[in-house]
Amino acid sequence: MKPHERLSAAIRKGAAGGEPAIVAFLTAGFPEAKKFREHLTAVAAGADVVEIGVPFTDPMADGMTIQRSSQAALKQGVSLRWILAELGAMQRPAAPLVLMSYLNPLLQYGYERLAADAAAVGVCGFIVPDLPFDEGDDLRAALRMAGVALVQMVTPVTMPERLARVCAASEGFVYAVTMTGTTGKSVEVPDSVLEYLARVRAASPVPVCAGFGIRSAAQARDLRGTVEGAVVGSALVEVLERGEDPTAWLRALRGG
Amino acid sequence: MNANVKFTPEEQQRLLDAELAGKFPDARGRFGPYGGRYVPETLIPALERLEAGMREHLPREDFQRELAGQLESWVGRPTALSYAPRLSAAWGAEVWFKREDLAHTGAHKINNALGQALLAQRLGAKRIVAETGAGQHGVASAAACARLGLPCTVYMGAIDMERQAPNVGRMRLMGATVVPVTGGDQTLRSAIDEALRDWVSDPNGTFYLLGSAVGPHPYPVLVRELQSVIGREARTQYLKRQGRLPDAVFACVGGGSNAIGMFHPFVADREVAIIGVEAGGRGTGLGQNAASLSYGWPGVLQGCYSLLLQDENGQIHETDSISAGLDYPGVGPEHALLLSAGRVQYESATDDEALAALQECATLEGILPALETAHALHGAKRWAARNPGRQLLLCMSGRGDKDMPTLQRTLLADQGGAR
Ligand SMILES: Cc1ncc(COP(=O)(O)O)c(C=O)c1O
Repeated sequence: MKPHERLSAAIRKGAAGGEPAIVAFLTAGFPEAKKFREHLTAVAAGADVVEIGVPFTDPMADGMTIQRSSQAALKQGVSLRWILAELGAMQRPAAPLVLMSYLNPLLQYGYERLAADAAAVGVCGFIVPDLPFDEGDDLRAALRMAGVALVQMVTPVTMPERLARVCAASEGFVYAVTMTGTTGKSVEVPDSVLEYLARVRAASPVPVCAGFGIRSAAQARDLRGTVEGAVVGSALVEVLERGEDPTAWLRALRGG
Repeated sequence: MNANVKFTPEEQQRLLDAELAGKFPDARGRFGPYGGRYVPETLIPALERLEAGMREHLPREDFQRELAGQLESWVGRPTALSYAPRLSAAWGAEVWFKREDLAHTGAHKINNALGQALLAQRLGAKRIVAETGAGQHGVASAAACARLGLPCTVYMGAIDMERQAPNVGRMRLMGATVVPVTGGDQTLRSAIDEALRDWVSDPNGTFYLLGSAVGPHPYPVLVRELQSVIGREARTQYLKRQGRLPDAVFACVGGGSNAIGMFHPFVADREVAIIGVEAGGRGTGLGQNAASLSYGWPGVLQGCYSLLLQDENGQIHETDSISAGLDYPGVGPEHALLLSAGRVQYESATDDEALAALQECATLEGILPALETAHALHGAKRWAARNPGRQLLLCMSGRGDKDMPTLQRTLLADQGGAR
């Protein structure tokens, strides 16, 4: 199986029981760089996919929590290079890994080298919040050579024709942003959002995961039957920040 | 020239030909390799609407008539072209100023703010957000919004609020909400990040009034079109007064809006040297200046691919400049193009050089320039020393009243404080 197929398969498997699969986000090296491996392992134990945030100085799509975690990680010297080295040196979890990064760190690393180095340490996909579909050809092509997915995002304001085009080109999964806004707020999942998510799912050949503002078991439950996965980010970062057990928190999120 | 920017003479010629033929930005919002649209997917429909709205309204006669009317009766255009006799004598070259400091609210920023606010109104925007560094774009946005009856929120870095305090009060008096930005580097870059976050939250009802020739397509071209009034007027005025063009044209470069507005109408005049002056801060090391065209290399920040001050991991570096309006780690993509094509020369002036130039201009010409503009003044002085007897035209982008807190701490402290 290629890395992007492993990613899709893990989400489908996680969703097999009806509840959405859990894609769990942590900022690499937050709150402590030296506990990254331990935190990653603990998060993976409660999740179907782990999304590792590469910190960036200007996280324009992120709210306060991820801004704070990114700055703290950067202060400890965390970089893409460091993250890949850590992944290469550890006993990697069974859950597929996805890197979330703003574009510039990837651009400076070099796309071809990135695709090879990432695939070599078990990274199955990339999520790049400031890379809209139209600007993604170069990175998509480089990642494809290594079988690694460039996960596309869609939003409630994405026009139907574009939505179809973006979904058709997505690999791994489609990231359906639940709202217009930055990460970290709490969203309700009203019928209009469910209707939008259903549209995304109908257009997508790969699984659909909903994200931005999902913090509770109740919200995850509301998504059941509509999408295959739920991304939890800021809420989990706050769990780690408070020093609580992420595995237990993620299990509770799944409702038991 | 910047050692990180390498183009063969043939490539340079090709880029310049395309620029002169009006081919940039292309359909993808690119100026050669630079520019583009690197934003969250949520903003794509809003940028597409903005681009369509710009193409529909800007060329329309009724829009142009309304804009020209407001520029004349409210902004005070055309601004004067002034000969600077005592500076000319001191520097040994003929010095002319295009007086954007005389425009309403005290800087060129009003040309763009008014134009975008009029466009926002036509596109049915319910509220305006803007960022500001020196506070001049914030003040201009607040004024234009007050004039048109649009609610206005301005994001400003906490450090800039302190060093440009007079402008914070002006914005508030004109009814704008000023929001301090305490995250990031607390200067212009963080203010843009925060304005983008606001816009992402309400991309349909909110209009982002971006203040420089940076950001995602179509902002760099929109801002250029609205600021080119500077260079068009100056070129006509100069020809009328002197019967010829100047030998060199100068402007300071932060994001690059006053510079592109001044330069663009002169790009085809091959006999005119064009020189942009960036903030050299305290020195040439990374973190000591804000001179992205001099020391940066290509990368993506805040929606566009351009030259950036960054580290090898692609993290954006903090900058240092005495001037809040130049204190930015990126630069507009069209300047990156003009550098790459070899048409414009970019250099820098340090904090101390800018302060000295400000002092000299104030005492010899009775004009207190903005600290941003003072960088261009130093560049002009340096050129004059190498080109005695020649003629130069400088964009006096703004006045220095807003810089009093900094001047009290520096030039006036050296002279025994304010008393
Ligand atoms: C007077 C003045 N000049 C220049 C600038 C720099 O901006 P830009 O490079 O966009 O002209 C500013 C920015 O605030 C300013 O206030």
